[in-house]
Amino acid sequence: MPTWVQNALLYIGHSLFEVKVVEKLSGAEMVVRALQDEGVEYLFGYPGGAVLHIYDAIFQQPKDHENKVHHILVRHEQAAAHAADGYARATGKPGVVLVTSGPGATNAVTGIATAYMDSIPLIVISGQVRSDWIGDDAFQETDMVGVCRPIVKHSFMVQRTEDIPEIMKKAFYIATTGRPGPVLIDIPKDKTAPHLKYPYEYPKSVKMRSYMPITKGHSGQTRKAVDELLKAKKPVIYAGGGVVMGEASEELTALARKLGYPVTNTLMGLGGYPATDELSIGMLGMHGTYEANMAMHNSDLILAVGSRFDDRATNDTSKFCPNAKVIHIDIDPATISKNVTADIPIVGPVKQVLGEMLTMLDEHSGKPDEKAIASWWEEINGWRKVHGLRYETGDMMKPQQVVQALYKATKGDAYVTSDVGQHQMFAAQYYLFDKPRRWINSGGLGTMGFGLPAAMGVQFAFPEAVVACVTGEGSIQMNIQELSTCLQYGLPIKIININNQALGMVKQWQDMQYGGRHSQSYMDSLPDFVKLTESYGHVGMRVDKAEDLEAAMEKAFSLKDRLVFMDIYVDPEEHVYPMHIADGSMRDMWLNKTERT
Amino acid sequence: MRRIISILMENEPGALSRVVGLFSQRGYNIETLTVAPTEDATLSRLTLTTYGDDRTIERITKHLNKLIEVVKLVDLSEGEHVEREIMLIKLKASGAQRAEVKRTVDIFRGQIVDVTSTVYVVQLTGTSDKLDAFIAAIGEAQVLEVVRSGVSGIARGEKTLSL
Repeated sequence: MPTWVQNALLYIGHSLFEVKVVEKLSGAEMVVRALQDEGVEYLFGYPGGAVLHIYDAIFQQPKDHENKVHHILVRHEQAAAHAADGYARATGKPGVVLVTSGPGATNAVTGIATAYMDSIPLIVISGQVRSDWIGDDAFQETDMVGVCRPIVKHSFMVQRTEDIPEIMKKAFYIATTGRPGPVLIDIPKDKTAPHLKYPYEYPKSVKMRSYMPITKGHSGQTRKAVDELLKAKKPVIYAGGGVVMGEASEELTALARKLGYPVTNTLMGLGGYPATDELSIGMLGMHGTYEANMAMHNSDLILAVGSRFDDRATNDTSKFCPNAKVIHIDIDPATISKNVTADIPIVGPVKQVLGEMLTMLDEHSGKPDEKAIASWWEEINGWRKVHGLRYETGDMMKPQQVVQALYKATKGDAYVTSDVGQHQMFAAQYYLFDKPRRWINSGGLGTMGFGLPAAMGVQFAFPEAVVACVTGEGSIQMNIQELSTCLQYGLPIKIININNQALGMVKQWQDMQYGGRHSQSYMDSLPDFVKLTESYGHVGMRVDKAEDLEAAMEKAFSLKDRLVFMDIYVDPEEHVYPMHIADGSMRDMWLNKTERT
Repeated sequence: MRRIISILMENEPGALSRVVGLFSQRGYNIETLTVAPTEDATLSRLTLTTYGDDRTIERITKHLNKLIEVVKLVDLSEGEHVEREIMLIKLKASGAQRAEVKRTVDIFRGQIVDVTSTVYVVQLTGTSDKLDAFIAAIGEAQVLEVVRSGVSGIARGEKTLSL
């Protein structure tokens, strides 16, 4: 072949196939680069021996790197997981956690379980002892993959450094698609060694023959559901956390308004439908509103959207809504007919299915039964008049007043995180969430100590937003060390500590079911929270009197760039009502200490 | 009701523990379990037997399907299928017993695969019921040791569990 032909061919070849230089990275660099490639802003973590290579790679990121991953140093690994979780709940993006092997990893376990129960996308990277030591009971060795098996959507153990890019890609893909959940990546220290470099190329997409999340519901089933919806005389829309996680609030709101049907939200679903809307009948369940629980019990059709018929919502399932047909839309087939049998199951993303329902309704010849629906609303409005959400004011401040004052001070537009117990229920009942992703609480696992670190994650995601953590003097002490993290990063969270000097919910159960024997449910020797907060470099306030409450709230929220800890002393005898009577149906409730249905 | 669930899954470390863990985690029982790679070395075939009503089995299969490494599964007992279990059984066989044991082995179409002056090792293949029946026929007094493989199964006809 003449030389000019060869040259011409080479020229064409080069222009057709761009010569690619594949860069070589160490395992640690691959981890950091993959996070950059995924667009991760924040990494919540705590360093230790097994992850030091990774921490060095984090340090060595160029300062002006446009996709730089910011590491947030917490004070306890549990808080790292909760902060990442709070970030994920508020943004819809996956939260990322980095912890070392052994105790670092096991400290994160409660946070992983919390995310798993509420289907929150989390990537947890844990260090592991070097691979040739695994199984030898080496220093800080824990079988993290084994420990986490029942509380993760999936887990990976890195066997070869070359696999890191693909594993990272798969982890993000699995965590964020289908029913989201936490994914663990356990990396032995030797796989991140700085001197062992391998080609790095981040996969553009991932396909797994064994994991194909459902992207569309069955249209035939949806059509059947629409027919049933139009036939209903006493319908209720029962919307859960899936609406919030599945970004389907808009579709849900459009559907409810088009039909004019009542909507009740689960604890996880609050904000999925605007609470101040007239079609909203509030939260249902153990501490749900009277009207929501009565409407559910008396309904003839339940449209369950992204909810899972959790025991806190249904009371005794054998007595659950005896006359109701059930349409159940959920992305997870295993949730459907798990606790309550669905008459029309629809497996698919709630957003897509609700969207299709709306189109079908537009094209449908039928209309809702106006007369029946009007008399159904009459019935519901009758229940509304019972005012299940009421409390008597007295000499002492009531916890409900605190939440209402918070609502007023924040104009109902704050991000509210909570811990677990009475204060959580009061917040859920009295703070009316009109937008999704504003109410951030541990609904499934019920993790005390969640509120403050979750609020940190939210504040990182939205630095300008008003973030309040409604907590109690029991819960806050489970992760109070994070006040230090808040100082380090200047997070102006407002902590609303509803202080009743008792583990209120435990005490309430002991009052109601254990003859008032308060076994270990009171809080003796409480710290002076004001001094404590001040020693952490923040602002502390103590409020004792109801008449000071609103002014104190105003003042706290006017300190826009400071963390304020409001220690608010309330009536220790107050109970949360309504409350389901155990083993009863939806309509069986205590309305106050003496009155029941 | 007894069910045979056959699972095709990624042949990866940890996959088996996830399947087994699911059963204990959710309070289901595994009666027998057998697992080995298939003709495609990236896949394993796991067969297990369990007891449960339709609702329980539906829940089990849904949860199994959610496991990331599970590619496909089938409840073999829903349709026509062939099931086999292999048993190696060590029997006392001395004096007059030897002939009697040999006759019973022949009736059950078993094979004697090891012989000493006092012991036979018998290999027997069949459904689990057949293996139970053999043990009953021999009499427990004769039995020194039993090793059973657990059930393997395959659907009859055209139906296959493959990619």
